[in-house]
Amino acid sequence: MSNKYTEDDLREELKTKEYEYGFYTDIESDTFPVGLNEDVVKAISLKKGEPQWMTDWRLEAFRAWKGMIEPEWANVSYVKPDFQAISYYSAPNTKPKYDSLDEVDPELLATFDKLGISLDEQKMLSGVAMDVVIDSVSVATTFKKTLGEKGIIFCSISEAIKEHPELVRKYIGTVVPQRDNFYAALNSAVFSDGSFCYIPKGVKCPMELSTYFRINQAGTGQFERTLVIADEDSYVSYLEGCTAPSRDENQLHAAVVELIALDGAEIKYSTVQNWFPGNAEGKGGVYNFVTKRGICEKNAKISWTQVETGSAITWKYPSCILKGDNSVGEFYSIAVTNNFQQADTGTKMIHLGKNTKSTIISKGISAGKSQNSYRGLVKISPNADNARNFSQCDSLLMGNECGAHTFPYIEAKNKTAKVEHEATTSKIGEDQIFYCNQRGIDTEKAIALIVNGFSKDVLNKLPMEFAVEAKKLLEISLEGSVG
Amino acid sequence: MLKIENLHASVNDKSILKGINLEIKAGEVHAIMGPNGSGKSTLASVVAGKEDYEVTQGKITFNGENIEDLAAEERAHKGIFLSFQYPIEIPGVSVTNFMKTAINETRKAQGLEEMPAKEMLKLIREKSELLEIDRKFLSRSLNEGFSGGEKKRNEIFQMAMLEPKLAILDETDSGLDIDALRIVANGVNKLKSADNATLVITHYQRLLDYIVPDFVHVLYDGRIVKSGGKELAHELEEKGYDWIREEINA
Repeated sequence: MSNKYTEDDLREELKTKEYEYGFYTDIESDTFPVGLNEDVVKAISLKKGEPQWMTDWRLEAFRAWKGMIEPEWANVSYVKPDFQAISYYSAPNTKPKYDSLDEVDPELLATFDKLGISLDEQKMLSGVAMDVVIDSVSVATTFKKTLGEKGIIFCSISEAIKEHPELVRKYIGTVVPQRDNFYAALNSAVFSDGSFCYIPKGVKCPMELSTYFRINQAGTGQFERTLVIADEDSYVSYLEGCTAPSRDENQLHAAVVELIALDGAEIKYSTVQNWFPGNAEGKGGVYNFVTKRGICEKNAKISWTQVETGSAITWKYPSCILKGDNSVGEFYSIAVTNNFQQADTGTKMIHLGKNTKSTIISKGISAGKSQNSYRGLVKISPNADNARNFSQCDSLLMGNECGAHTFPYIEAKNKTAKVEHEATTSKIGEDQIFYCNQRGIDTEKAIALIVNGFSKDVLNKLPMEFAVEAKKLLEISLEGSVG
Repeated sequence: MLKIENLHASVNDKSILKGINLEIKAGEVHAIMGPNGSGKSTLASVVAGKEDYEVTQGKITFNGENIEDLAAEERAHKGIFLSFQYPIEIPGVSVTNFMKTAINETRKAQGLEEMPAKEMLKLIREKSELLEIDRKFLSRSLNEGFSGGEKKRNEIFQMAMLEPKLAILDETDSGLDIDALRIVANGVNKLKSADNATLVITHYQRLLDYIVPDFVHVLYDGRIVKSGGKELAHELEEKGYDWIREEINA
């Protein structure tokens, strides 16, 4: 091994990194022809056996979407998807739910093995109940009984629409309305599946609820819809993790996640996202246009924690509406971009209630020719007496061709508000690497050490088993294979 | 242990070392003194394997092995340690975590298993007591917000943990008050043995009152122009570097 290791080498090495989870599972599927119109929306609803109110709700969203234009304010550039060239429904043929893993398509299980997240292991080791979403339809749900005993509902949103229509109807679209934005409207019209979770009053959910998302079918857009309702004084920790197979054409993903934390409730929502980021030339990769938002009633708390290493383009702002007095919103984020990836991500903290508090910790890591932007809004409304916000946005750069940008917006309309913002930008220096080398730590390990140190404040917020996976992802995303 | 023969090195095509000869044996303490810009820190960096420097001529052998083609970390694995003049910061990485990584990477390179946590803790306790270091200090981020004295003590602590064969102390006295200097020097002296060697690089004689060298070399314009015993350091302190300059030009 040569002792010359410059930033040029580092850049080379990052370029040659291959997407580790690039494989494709061939499960016979039931896919709609491409195109979108009212008939397609109705057909999706029919296929899923939905009640009329749901079909109408979708159609309302579709009509709104037709009149909207794709937003262009984000600091990303890409060829806009042709929405008529996408198939809006694709489901594995194996529709029935399974009682045991033995009944699950072995090829699907093999896929999970490759990802290192075998259900067996998950079930036994971490006590995580999994609602696995592959190509839009849930195919395996576990631990349902244990949860059922506490009155917790954790199922696919399709199932919830049929079995708990009163809950879905009451809450869907209350945090992210159908016409909220272009992608949210599209999602509302065509969402194929997703997860639903309800925690009854006073119940602390005894285990982490976890969903693994996969995009698996060529040319299939994926439109997940997630609704989490934590009733008064309840608690839930929800994990969302994603990987996707390698693809040449861009794959569109436009999800909507709505969180409702009623009085005194707490929701912790953690995401590890590792979708195909495109190859070293910037070809392919997932377009990730997500709307995630939660509402906090009195004394409620919502924490968003995310580790984003994937996607060609990320457009994502998990937000909190702090409606109730004394409610708390938190946002902890690590966003890694490499090669030609572009990320425009951040959060919105909307302070409506008195004594509301929010914390934003954002860590952006850019390498290759990527662009990494933090965009955040802290809004203090006139009635939000004594609102507090603390924001910290740190950027770490590797090489000279990437970019880090910070767009903090602050609107304070109450004089008692206190808003603090701190931002830093640093670079992994050759001096830092040499110092580590001199102590016997090779360059690959040194970068991992420095990146993990930089991300520590956020990694610490993840549940233990998720943190391990997140660290692994950070290393995969940034290290490549040093000889 | 370390043998440097006719070493020439340059950075960005600027020649800095112009034919260094130096041999250091186990159990010895050598001091290299010289005015600013004479090449002292360059010599330390070249021996440690810093990539910015190009060796244009000559060779460096360590325990009989030519180390020219070895990466910095491989030299470290063989027992070369450099105490930095300006130790760098790594935010979010504690001193303990950094040392754990360094020790285990070195063990891995030597084909050994990772050090068990219990043993690691014992080693940390032992070495921090030896060097009178408050263990709270070890959970702080590496060098972040450390005072000049703390940074240098931390370097010596790392040296104690890694137990190198050859320790190069690059201007370890710079930025230290007399108390900090005494503590650091005491640490170095405690770590001295018949099996290891120390190379002290300094501008001032002051440090050599505490770390007493067996040999003193004067580096001037990329060459060792004078060598002698510890008394040479005192002579330099009295007469200044002008004396050397005059002697060379004479």
